[in-house]
Amino acid sequence: MSTVETHSRLRTFIGDWRQNIIYIGFAVIFLVFALTLNDKGFLNPNNLLNIVRQTAMIAVMAIAMTFVLSAGEIDLSVGAVAGLATVTVAMAISVAGPVGGVIAGLATGIAVGCFNGWLTTRIGIPSFLTTLAMMGIAKGVAMWLSDTAAVPILSPGYSWLFGGGSIGPIPVLLFWMLILGALGHVVLRRTGFGRRVLATGGGEQAARFSGIDTAQIKFRVLVLSSTAAAIAGMLYAGRLQSGRFQLGEGDELSVIAAAVLGGTSLFGGKGTVIGTIVGAMMIGLINNGLILMGLEFSQQLIARGGIIILAVALSQKKA
Amino acid sequence: MTQIAVRMTDISKHFGGVRALENVSLEVYAGEVHALLGGNGAGKSTILKVLNGVHVPTTGTIEVAGQKLDVHSPEASRAAGIAMNYQEMSLVPTLTVAQNVFLTREAKTGRGFINDAEAERKTAELFATLGVDVNPRALVGDLGAGQKQLTEIAKAISQDARVLVLDEPSTALAVSDVDRLFAFLRTLKEKGTAIIYVSHRMDEIARIADRATILRDGRHVITAPLSELPIETMIEHIVGRRSLGLADVERGDTTRGEALVELRGVSGRDKPVDVSLTLYRGEVLGLAGLLGSGRSSLVRLIAGIDPMTAGSILIRGEPVRLRKPGDAIRAGIALVPEARATQGIIPAHSVASNMILSVLDGVSQRGFVDESRVRDVTDTQIKRLSVKTASRDHAVSTLSGGNQQKVVIGKWLATDPDVLILDEPTAGIDIGSKAEIIRLVRDLAATGKAILMISSELSELLTACGRIVVMADGRAHQDMLRGALDDPAEADNDIADRLQMAEQRLQIAIQDALTAREEANHEYR
Repeated sequence: MSTVETHSRLRTFIGDWRQNIIYIGFAVIFLVFALTLNDKGFLNPNNLLNIVRQTAMIAVMAIAMTFVLSAGEIDLSVGAVAGLATVTVAMAISVAGPVGGVIAGLATGIAVGCFNGWLTTRIGIPSFLTTLAMMGIAKGVAMWLSDTAAVPILSPGYSWLFGGGSIGPIPVLLFWMLILGALGHVVLRRTGFGRRVLATGGGEQAARFSGIDTAQIKFRVLVLSSTAAAIAGMLYAGRLQSGRFQLGEGDELSVIAAAVLGGTSLFGGKGTVIGTIVGAMMIGLINNGLILMGLEFSQQLIARGGIIILAVALSQKKA
Repeated sequence: MTQIAVRMTDISKHFGGVRALENVSLEVYAGEVHALLGGNGAGKSTILKVLNGVHVPTTGTIEVAGQKLDVHSPEASRAAGIAMNYQEMSLVPTLTVAQNVFLTREAKTGRGFINDAEAERKTAELFATLGVDVNPRALVGDLGAGQKQLTEIAKAISQDARVLVLDEPSTALAVSDVDRLFAFLRTLKEKGTAIIYVSHRMDEIARIADRATILRDGRHVITAPLSELPIETMIEHIVGRRSLGLADVERGDTTRGEALVELRGVSGRDKPVDVSLTLYRGEVLGLAGLLGSGRSSLVRLIAGIDPMTAGSILIRGEPVRLRKPGDAIRAGIALVPEARATQGIIPAHSVASNMILSVLDGVSQRGFVDESRVRDVTDTQIKRLSVKTASRDHAVSTLSGGNQQKVVIGKWLATDPDVLILDEPTAGIDIGSKAEIIRLVRDLAATGKAILMISSELSELLTACGRIVVMADGRAHQDMLRGALDDPAEADNDIADRLQMAEQRLQIAIQDALTAREEANHEYR
């Protein structure tokens, strides 16, 4: 690459600073925390890896949410589906071992996704309502199945692979996040399916008139999202060696925030998986920094909300 | 008697460099129906929008009943006593008819709450005066097009205005309802209301209007009593002499090949009705007709977007079922749709992303998009259509209207269709790009494609097409060769003259089709 080209690329990057606010924001917040919280161990590798451990599940769900939002839909049920998956996985492992557990977990996600997709595309209920209802249903089923108690997982192999283990100092969760992230990025950017997703959200009528089966695309992104939520649930279950309906509760908001922070449009047609992952990391970074600062939980909530509003406001074209 | 209700003097309106109106004056008397006529882009809508305060005139003054309007806003115009129906339906679908009619002017109870019962009673009275049957309690979203139009009219009438503007109020109305509307307008007239009436239906104008003003290309042409304006003269003034752009597109004769698309008694949900026509390889077939004549419904049906309820479609002699757009694309049919911004392009996406939307499988290998093939396809079309864009990666929204339309056409040419359908391909496009698109359409036909084109600009149809089908009320009324609209006696006149005469004949054919349909409907009743 010639220097001229590098120079012009740099200029575009700075010129489109609103587009890239997530990366700039991430760097700025990281620097601020590094300078102010160094004595509290912010830069300690263990602390940084902890951020990864805490945000991997959010990131996994947010990768799929990027597809859902890009297609002009939304999935509010991801947190509850993750919780339900922790329970079905744990119960299946106790009966059928780890492989059966994995199958049960994936089946949970696919079944919920098909139901969401069917209601949204065939019956015509907006995905906002479909998945809002599913949020309650999934949680209810998880409570009923587990009798609201934790279901222990007694398979060290499963727990190692799904979230508990590490290779050297690197937690397995980081690999999950990076592998699924790379996969999501390639599918959204480089495949016909990804193009169809973006077209469906960018202009549904134009996409339909161009021969794209927009109902099928919406169905698929909703299945994708629930499946990713189930995988996140399997990671929660592995990390905590148990299935509990409370796991993942409220995650949907962090997941949507991560995608939107990363530059994905709530109105469809625009999204990047890399941005989403950085967005998820940024949320984890903020949480971590605020805890290290010694803020109370109430203060953390307020500060976190303020930072997210600021970042999204800066990324809007009409300031 | 000749009290002047509205006097618009030397009104000009410029949009950037575009002069939509140039020193137009309009006087409307109290107690008359004043027809406002003109072709597409003549400036009818612009002057009405100036009158009702949506546009601020660049120069000129407006007086209503002798009072000069100092402020130009919808509120000021309404306060001055001007009421108008909106052609592009301004109704809220989730509210009832009565709630829509009295929107922002709701009847109140003694305690200041909205009184829906009172609004319903008043709305029922309005419809009773009109003599039409619309349920004030029905949700607007559940109404058919005709009932919606009546609701729009009731909304305008309910304001007891001094000046009532009706912009194409009858496009979706049944003949009997038009009769009742006219009877009502006559009683309003007697009460001294000034009525400005816009319509493309000359027979209606002849029945209801006292005087007419004709605009062309943003200028005033003539104002005269209807008695001095027989239909032929009106059309002559409306058409005028074309001096710009189109006439220099050479209209060579095309050789017609085998039949590509045959429609046999095709009907849709509402329109079209029982349409049979054949489209041949190498020809440009035009669909002429007014708003609501069913032209767009017909092409949407052929493109697999709207469902077919009766009849059959044959492609290259084989019967096909076109259930979704994909079926039509596979059959070699491409539609450049009417609404460019919502149906044609995805404005925020790049030129390249838009261009490959219909050939995604073609530029992909095992599901992966091959960027070099995307570049090939895009660059080929950009070059072929001379699309002016900074790069293939720029968002389509940054392009001019004409270039956006070229992107839509390019997207469809990339599918290498046998049949290209264009619905109003030059709407909102500058005259230079228009001529370019017409030329392109003719060139494509010459390479062996079959072209079906809809345009409300008749001069365009006449320049582009070898054959024209006139539609009215959902039916194909007349199928004529373009040559039949030329008079051999005029062969020596220059091209612009001949085009003008042909346009007048086509106008008359469209009006005849309308009259014939209305007569048929009367008999049916």
